[in-house]
Amino acid sequence: MKLVEHFQYGLNSPICLTWELTYACNLACVHCLSSSGRRDPRELTTAEAKSVIDELQRMQVFYVNIGGGEPTVRSDFWELLDYAVSHDVGVKFSTNGIKLDKARAAQLAATDYVDVQISLDGATAEVNDHVRGPGSYATAIRALENLAEAGFGQPKISVVMTRQNVDQLDEFKAIADKFGAQLRITRLRPSGRGADVWDELHPTAAQQRQLYDWLVARGDGVLTGDSFFHLSAYGEALPGLNLCGAGRVVCLIDPVGDVYACPFAIHENFLAGNVRSPGGFQEVWRGSELFAELRQPQTGGACRSCGFYDSCQGGCMAAKFFTGLPLDGPDPECVRGFGEQALAARGTDTVIPKSDVDHSRRTAPRGGRGPVPVTIGMRPDRACDESPLAGLQV
Amino acid sequence: MFDPARPHRCSPQVAVRPEPFGALVYHFGTRKLSFLKTPQLVDVVSGLEQHPDVNAALAAAGVEDGQRPAYLRALAGLAANGTIEERP
Repeated sequence: MKLVEHFQYGLNSPICLTWELTYACNLACVHCLSSSGRRDPRELTTAEAKSVIDELQRMQVFYVNIGGGEPTVRSDFWELLDYAVSHDVGVKFSTNGIKLDKARAAQLAATDYVDVQISLDGATAEVNDHVRGPGSYATAIRALENLAEAGFGQPKISVVMTRQNVDQLDEFKAIADKFGAQLRITRLRPSGRGADVWDELHPTAAQQRQLYDWLVARGDGVLTGDSFFHLSAYGEALPGLNLCGAGRVVCLIDPVGDVYACPFAIHENFLAGNVRSPGGFQEVWRGSELFAELRQPQTGGACRSCGFYDSCQGGCMAAKFFTGLPLDGPDPECVRGFGEQALAARGTDTVIPKSDVDHSRRTAPRGGRGPVPVTIGMRPDRACDESPLAGLQV
Repeated sequence: MFDPARPHRCSPQVAVRPEPFGALVYHFGTRKLSFLKTPQLVDVVSGLEQHPDVNAALAAAGVEDGQRPAYLRALAGLAANGTIEERP
């Protein structure tokens, strides 16, 4: 059996664990996967977060992807970062850069075992701020400057690909090169507030092809979080697992300790348990019925007869779910166009699931920075563009 | 250069996590993950320290002659990425 086939039956511990530390965020990006904005009063305390780290160490989860919300606005963020690193749990954290001043940049440069990922969704302020809010481009660039000046080795620049920025791929690469950073591009998901803007922002079919061609031609050293495996059906498989890792090798711990199958699936249907329950995270990972179900072999459903099923595996579960498509059918961005057909065939009676976990701010953030005045819905960033097994050689 | 006639060990910077297929290996220095794709390879790697050389570790783990070339290739790869190293 090939390794990837083993992965579909699940592992003793996750390989790619995303942990969102808070729903609080200084920004209000229109495509926020976790509908972040306001802190939740039930968020894990410092002591609880440390006991999760202890458990991850026992389970030999060697690194976590930390996000939010904006994780650095938690006052105990730096304490938790140090605690994780000193307990053999490496950290990559995603941030919009708001707290990365010169002093923090110097501190990070002196810490081993920490990766920093700055979110940037446009290679120009105009494109970025349209999605992430006024001033967010300048914040991200300043953080990158501070990290470069402090000598921090290779931060990542994480870009969610949209209809507005696919044409900027070369410019993103140039920005990454300029700051000694590594470019990481991920897929726009219709999750969280992303559902409100997906129709308008997800790349067109022609842009998907353009993106795929760019990855094949220039994607060496560009990370994708394995997020474009649905594009493998164009031909050459992209590096990565090319398998939905939800509940198998991937999961999400949200700020209140709820464990979801993946960072793009914050919805009760994909809720496996809570780290506060008896047995903690390990019991959820190893014992939850939902995860046991997700570790069954996929049947392929309507895609089974498609000659490309082996390469795309039917695509992303969350993308299907939050566009109201059946989970055993095509991905909404199926490169053969079956997803578009399925979207068009949705009846007026199709219920598009919506998460009831929503921490979007009801009013404009302080400082007069309201939601971006755009025609699209609303926003964010986050940590969880994490995808299964980024960059793994299997 | 990987020499199976020399004494080896698992790198002290490496952690081995048992998994159904074998084990997942994490190197805290390079921060790279790799995979030991059979339980027998896990036995070989964890047994290196107890044997005078790699060949003895292979024999102790019961690796059949026909499988030896494949195991030696896998071990050479693990030596190249720092998972295993020569014992001082």
